[in-house]
Amino acid sequence: MNIAWNLFTPWQSLVGGLLIGAAAALYLLGNGRVAGIAGIVASPWRALRTHVSLGPERNRLAFIVGLLAAPWAWQLIAPLPKATLDVGTLGLAAAGLLVGIGSRMGNGCTSGHGVCGLSRFSLRSLVNVLAFMATGVVTVFVLRHLLSGAA
Amino acid sequence: MRLLLALLSGLIFGLGLIAGGMTDPAKVKAFLDIFGAWDPSLALVMGGAIAVGVVAFAVARKRSHSWTGERMEIPAYTTIDARLLGGGVLFGAGWGIGGFCPGPALVALGSGLAEAGIFVAAMLAGMWLYDRFLQPPG
Repeated sequence: MNIAWNLFTPWQSLVGGLLIGAAAALYLLGNGRVAGIAGIVASPWRALRTHVSLGPERNRLAFIVGLLAAPWAWQLIAPLPKATLDVGTLGLAAAGLLVGIGSRMGNGCTSGHGVCGLSRFSLRSLVNVLAFMATGVVTVFVLRHLLSGAA
Repeated sequence: MRLLLALLSGLIFGLGLIAGGMTDPAKVKAFLDIFGAWDPSLALVMGGAIAVGVVAFAVARKRSHSWTGERMEIPAYTTIDARLLGGGVLFGAGWGIGGFCPGPALVALGSGLAEAGIFVAAMLAGMWLYDRFLQPPG
């Protein structure tokens, strides 16, 4: 194992994590719901497709608006950190498709199972998290080290 | 009040994702690249979030209703089956290819990153595909 100390940002990442935890806590204690983002997106998206009233979805929609507005709020104080992508349109489309199907099939994502599930010591969530972490690691290994040959 | 709380939760969540480095797909991939030049930062994002989350859920369990009077809905599923595992596998593959998961992709979309738009559109299509063709009946 070879730690990339030049990329390591322990304090920023810890602060980011604490903020995420605080946000999940606010949503849970304030509105009584788990802040699982896949579910927060999937539920109004389903209502939209099935022409069901979006009324019951308004808290989820407000949460999504908050997420979308976060870069704007950040920019008021500091420049946004860069985002670097190394996949093309096709790769992004495949990635999105897999994340969409996978989050519905497994009933959660990095926030729903990862943050919220592990915070309530759910074995079910732990199984899902271990599955996506392991597959994520294997996928990056295959793409980066087996297929491209570059380290 | 509920709407404002939800908006604020989303906003703080998004700021946390930006601060933590989750909105940079290269950083996510560096976290998953444990056999290459490994950047363990995102473990601290997860750890920090869970540290607060554990307290929040412990408090929430003692309450029947939220501050705004909504019934406290904490998931009670315990089923561990092939779907849970398969869903995780597909999700992890997509996460590894794109370096995005749902929250950071939405935040990146909010910053005007066109690539995040492609990812989010495909994610919505994937959710539709699952609901339409793959969901077990009943």
